[in-house]
Amino acid sequence: MAPSIAERLIGPRVALDERAGRTFRFGAPGFFLLIARVLILVSLFLPYWHMELVAPQYPDNLHLTAHINHLSGDVAEIDGLNHYIGMRSLEEAAQFERSYGVYALILLVVMLEFAGWVHSRWAVLMVIPAMLFPAIFLLDLHLWMSHFGTHLDPDAPLSSSIDPFVPPILGTGTVGQFKTVASPGIGLILSAAASVTMLIALFFHRRAYLPLVRAAKG
Amino acid sequence: MTPRKNRLSRTLVPAAAGVALACAGGASAQSMSDVQKAAEARGLTTSDLLAAAKTYTPSGMKDEYLIFSSGGHSGQVFVIGVPSMRLLRSIAVFTPEPWQGWGYGVGNEVLAAGAVNGKENLWGDTHHPALSETAGDYDGEWLFINDKINARVAVIDLRDFETKQIIKNPLTISDHGGTFVTPDSEYVIEGGQYAVPWGADYAPISEYKEKYRGSVTMWKFDRKKGRIDESKSFAIELPPYWQDLSDAGKLASDGFMFMNSINTEMATGGIEDKKPPFEAGVSKNATDYLHIIDWKKAEKVYQAGKVEKIKGFPVITLATAIEEGLLHLTPEPRSPHGVDVAPKGDFIVVSGKLDPHVTVYSMDKIKKSIAAKKFSGSDDFGVPILDFDSVVEAQVEVGLGPLHTQFGPDGYAYTSLFLDSAVARWTLGGVYGAGTPEPDWTLVHKTPVHYNVGHIGVAEGDTVSPDGKYLVAFNKWSVDRFFQTGPLLPQNFQLIDISGKGTEMPVIYDMPIGVGEPHYAQIVKADKLKPWAVYPEIGWNPSKQELDPMAPKPKMERVVRSGSQVEVLMTAIRSHFTPEHVTVKQGDHVTWRITNVERAVDATHGFAVPAYNINLSLEPGETATIEFVADTPGTFPFYCSEFCSALHLEMVGYFMVEPAE
Repeated sequence: MAPSIAERLIGPRVALDERAGRTFRFGAPGFFLLIARVLILVSLFLPYWHMELVAPQYPDNLHLTAHINHLSGDVAEIDGLNHYIGMRSLEEAAQFERSYGVYALILLVVMLEFAGWVHSRWAVLMVIPAMLFPAIFLLDLHLWMSHFGTHLDPDAPLSSSIDPFVPPILGTGTVGQFKTVASPGIGLILSAAASVTMLIALFFHRRAYLPLVRAAKG
Repeated sequence: MTPRKNRLSRTLVPAAAGVALACAGGASAQSMSDVQKAAEARGLTTSDLLAAAKTYTPSGMKDEYLIFSSGGHSGQVFVIGVPSMRLLRSIAVFTPEPWQGWGYGVGNEVLAAGAVNGKENLWGDTHHPALSETAGDYDGEWLFINDKINARVAVIDLRDFETKQIIKNPLTISDHGGTFVTPDSEYVIEGGQYAVPWGADYAPISEYKEKYRGSVTMWKFDRKKGRIDESKSFAIELPPYWQDLSDAGKLASDGFMFMNSINTEMATGGIEDKKPPFEAGVSKNATDYLHIIDWKKAEKVYQAGKVEKIKGFPVITLATAIEEGLLHLTPEPRSPHGVDVAPKGDFIVVSGKLDPHVTVYSMDKIKKSIAAKKFSGSDDFGVPILDFDSVVEAQVEVGLGPLHTQFGPDGYAYTSLFLDSAVARWTLGGVYGAGTPEPDWTLVHKTPVHYNVGHIGVAEGDTVSPDGKYLVAFNKWSVDRFFQTGPLLPQNFQLIDISGKGTEMPVIYDMPIGVGEPHYAQIVKADKLKPWAVYPEIGWNPSKQELDPMAPKPKMERVVRSGSQVEVLMTAIRSHFTPEHVTVKQGDHVTWRITNVERAVDATHGFAVPAYNINLSLEPGETATIEFVADTPGTFPFYCSEFCSALHLEMVGYFMVEPAE
């Protein structure tokens, strides 16, 4: 009897007796996915990205930190300075992302949970969004920075003395008298580590279940 | 932080230079021979270089101690760093001061409370600052200072270095004997000076003995509110002896206070009538009276209601003070200046200006004499006089014109010598004796100072735990020390290193004070203060030290008119005011509220309006309210008067007053 669509989706089940002797082979994919989920969940509470602005009159530098759902640091001071060049208030950036980011990540975690149960190639599809998350975060950040840096208010006090600019999202750049130093936060690093863990999980997933899938196809 | 990096690079540069020299056989790099060359070029000696090394403070390095100095007739307080001797700030107190906006829209109500007999009085003669104390040690929270000319006391909050209260003494008109605090700052003590009839009312000087009175006022300090509470304060009537400097007891003498007096002769002058002038009459007797007051007992007497209301103020009369045993006198060398209590409270040191000794009284002996009623008599008013020989511990010959004494941590005491122009180091006896190699009660050394030293300050030198290390001589004359700035010369603050023992106490820095004549100053460890970098929240009202519910915030800016009342709600941020146009009609009553919404350290904005005598200093978060009648029609560009940003000059607006029909 040909497997149903549902059966094809979740892939072949492993018999208990077959499983008993091979704890690592069948346990590893789920274990690494569990680690990835924990890493992502922990990252929710940690900063994802830092930017430090260095200028002579700020001996302690100005700091901006992006979390999944909020900005912290010298936001008001940076906004105050940005008004000179006609940049919009930082709080206006990525409002959607900051409002729904936490839910999106929880959804990704739930998908990872399911990926552990799915023994077919569809598991890859459930892992990929979470795996790409750090890259998506940085890309989104870059797009917002480009948008803000290139859409300056032409009526701002110093609009004529500054060209549109896009500070690098990682590494150093220069804006006016400020040197910008951007670096990943511990949250982003954990999220990236989760991606690597997922890759490992997928390797073991393939090793454990591909033979079973092939066997089922017979 | 950058400053630390700087310091590091300074130490690394010579080290690296040394290596470079070794390798390249000499190039342009700093070494001790450069130091020598620079010193020779300026004629500096090795001891000069040593003094420089002890005091030079490179950019970014902070001072270890702070001097809170009276500003004399400037009516201000100066804050000076030690050992750099750099002026860090002036604090406006009794006198308007435009930089701080003091009297030009900021602090007007505080200054107004200093009115004398209902008449605005906009200068002061600050003399004796007193830092608040906890258990007899500076706590770095509050500063009090007197105004000698009008008998007023001010309270300064050391969170924002701003004057919060000025209080006028209702009983007297001059107060050289203030301010001093009790060991937990329960009371701020204000001793009067030149005797006057109560409230400085009129009475002919021929009625001096009957009508003229001395007094000491105990201002209750409410630490929670940060204000003197007049309703819990009282005064004690004293004979018209021109009570002078005072000090509160501590530890062994806790509960007592001590006041000198200079005119127990009750001389009334009259040089024009060929009577002995004050300077002679007041100094006629060989001794004056040290006043010993049991203030804790006096507090109970006041609380029991045994007071008379004079000028609406509760006063323990002299008769009650005598009856209750609050007041005792004992002879002291004539025309004394300072009375200073030793760190453990056991000795009280008095300097008679015209006697080369300091006279040291024992608290133990005073207490025993009071208990045994060992009196040598009583004065004209019936105040018991303790027998001098029974209460004196020692007399130490220190030099000519001794004025004020401060204490070190190690058993040394220091006394300023006005006539000798020197600071004397001498040894205490008793439990302090073990700390010094020299015998007890002896003069050790005199360091010349330039010139005519008044007060001196030792780091925390009037507390229960003096730090020693630094002494500053507050010299009245500088004569030849600085550039001749015309015939009016600055005073000279001289820093003396007292960290050594014996004869080692060199002058290591001269600091001119070209703003008013300072008197006393206290030196506190800088880390005891916890000042705010910016006001805690946007919309802060410094005069109340709380958030002002009426403070304009961003997006609330507007001009509201109701009849002839106009309310302006304005914010200031780099580099604009909002709104920028304010138009009113001549005769309108304008209430102008303005908030500096900045959070960056040092982002202060000024708000200056021409023709209306307005200039505010708005520190980050501060809100201010000014009210005035727009009586002058015209066009008035208001602007930020504190260079705040690259577009500071552009931080401007127009206040337009339409002429009335």
